[in-house]
Amino acid sequence: MKISPSKIISLLFFIFSGFYLYTAHQIQVFTFDENAAFNAKTFPIYLGYAGLIFSALYVLLPETRPSNVDLTVLDYKKTITLVILMILYGLTILRVGYFLSTSIFLVLSYIVLGERKWLWIFLLSFPFVAIFMYLLHGLLNIYLRDPFLKFIGVMG
Amino acid sequence: MIEGILIGLETAFSLKNLMMVMIGCFAGTIIGMLPGLGPMTAIALMIPITYGFEPSTGLILMAGVYYGAVFGGSTSSILINAPGIPGTVATSFDGYPMAQQGKAGKALAIAAYSSFAGGTIAAIFLLIAAPSLSKVSLAFRSPDYFGLMILGLTAVSAFSAKGHFLKAMMMVVLGLMLASVGQDTLSDIPRFTFQNMNLSDGISFVLVVMATFAMSEALTIIFKANDPTRVAKQISLSQLGSIKLDKTETKKMVTTIPRSSVLGFIIGVLPGAGSTIASFLAYGMERNFVNDEEKQKFGKGSVNGLAAPETANNAACSGSFVPLLTLGIPGSGTTAVMLGALLGFGIQPGPRLYQTNPEIFWSVIMSMYIGMVILLILNLPLIPYIARVLATPRTFLIPLILFFSVTGIYLMSFNNFDIYMMIGIAVVATILRLYDFPMPPLILAFVLGGLMEENLRRSLLISDGSWSFLWDRPLTVIIMLLIFLIIGWQVYGTFYKKKL
Repeated sequence: MKISPSKIISLLFFIFSGFYLYTAHQIQVFTFDENAAFNAKTFPIYLGYAGLIFSALYVLLPETRPSNVDLTVLDYKKTITLVILMILYGLTILRVGYFLSTSIFLVLSYIVLGERKWLWIFLLSFPFVAIFMYLLHGLLNIYLRDPFLKFIGVMG
Repeated sequence: MIEGILIGLETAFSLKNLMMVMIGCFAGTIIGMLPGLGPMTAIALMIPITYGFEPSTGLILMAGVYYGAVFGGSTSSILINAPGIPGTVATSFDGYPMAQQGKAGKALAIAAYSSFAGGTIAAIFLLIAAPSLSKVSLAFRSPDYFGLMILGLTAVSAFSAKGHFLKAMMMVVLGLMLASVGQDTLSDIPRFTFQNMNLSDGISFVLVVMATFAMSEALTIIFKANDPTRVAKQISLSQLGSIKLDKTETKKMVTTIPRSSVLGFIIGVLPGAGSTIASFLAYGMERNFVNDEEKQKFGKGSVNGLAAPETANNAACSGSFVPLLTLGIPGSGTTAVMLGALLGFGIQPGPRLYQTNPEIFWSVIMSMYIGMVILLILNLPLIPYIARVLATPRTFLIPLILFFSVTGIYLMSFNNFDIYMMIGIAVVATILRLYDFPMPPLILAFVLGGLMEENLRRSLLISDGSWSFLWDRPLTVIIMLLIFLIIGWQVYGTFYKKKL
């Protein structure tokens, strides 16, 4: 028997709702609030049950409109590379600084997506980020921590 | 009142304030057009600047940014199917298919005319009825609000994903679950934080909206880049087409605009409802008003389907200022940010605002209308040029969308954790979208989660834990009947007609 991906997702949501419901029951409420008509865990408990009901209905009832996705045509390589680049961007943004990490992220993303117009790649990375930073930092007075620019003496 | 209006006109028509509306509209349009950056981010960014101005000037600037960003959000919804704000999600249902058919210019023109007309009608309502309209919102009690929110969520689930009602309901629950993360508003008890300090304030709305729309949209475009069945996402300038509307299209809009304006304004006045519910309800209502032939075009590029949510969301924007200015209750996330700004100016909005600070009350109302006029005069002729921002090649556009999304979140918290959480939510959302799990119900549920819990809490405490509050008041009963009607119609459509 072949189970459709939508049903698998619903089954995962069923498990997730079960976990959510279990965690909702574990929420510590004040002693005087325990028997109140409504406390901090009431709404989450209802949500947990709602999640279980809707996902169970989807798993059990026949699918009237199955979603057909051709998995062979999806571009996994570029998508996963972009996600990894974003994670690395998030990892370096505080340590290296906004300017360098953002510029490098943009350059690498353009290249990963197949762009080879080097002048535009350059213009839409380092100078673009510099202008954006000036707008934020210089005009809007939003402080952006940047150890790299501080190290080379551009930013105080 | 006349005196107040004159004071408002005098303030709004000062050269400085006119300049502020223009700057606000222009900046708002550009920011709102960038996927993931909506009016909330735009206004939040403006708050530090406005503190240097007089309160009325600051609020006028923010009102301009608000309307500009809403219009800008519609532009990105239509051209690249990436709504900047939940209020323009319904715009993409028919706006984007129109753009794919080479009628992007027309779709943008319909959006501009509808926004202007909706805003104009709502501004007139606001001007005439602002003081007395607050009484309408006061007639709604907690059970009614709770019912109204369920109605909104059910309607969104029914209309945003035809044939996928259960999937949409799962997304509603997921949105509410995400909203429940963080400290309980009343008792401050941490919920689902797993002793992680980064989760104690809950998950930011901007984070969820950027992850599920901007970032997930960008990832989906790349993910499906090789899919031959997928129509090219890239809109080139040559594909924008004419912005002129023919007689039939104008005729369709003439009937749609008045009813969507009234609906949008009324929904906007209700605290918590806001432009998102207004646009979805207007979309659903319009679908029921049109004939069968037009109904088939919904979701495939219908003029009515585009004009209705655009009119309603702008009318609701004006409407949402009523509870903000007269009751001090924000009608939407954006007006909540504006409430923060007002408090920053030392102004406490409430029933006395238009007595103690008439120049603020009326000048903001006047500026809204001036903002509409400026948007139409400036933006419509400039559409082909403004749209160039979005006509950049996909190889540049996608990284820039990702960059703006990450930066938007980084600027809010300066925290890596939020970036990782956004990436995680975006990846999950991309997979869910692939299998037709709709995102709009998730977003709406996330926005309404806190308010819904608050109103359920009040209702249950008043009725001593009994669910009888759902049928105690005639208004609540009507709302509940509407909910059952939508659910019944979905069940009938799915299992008996099998063609919805």
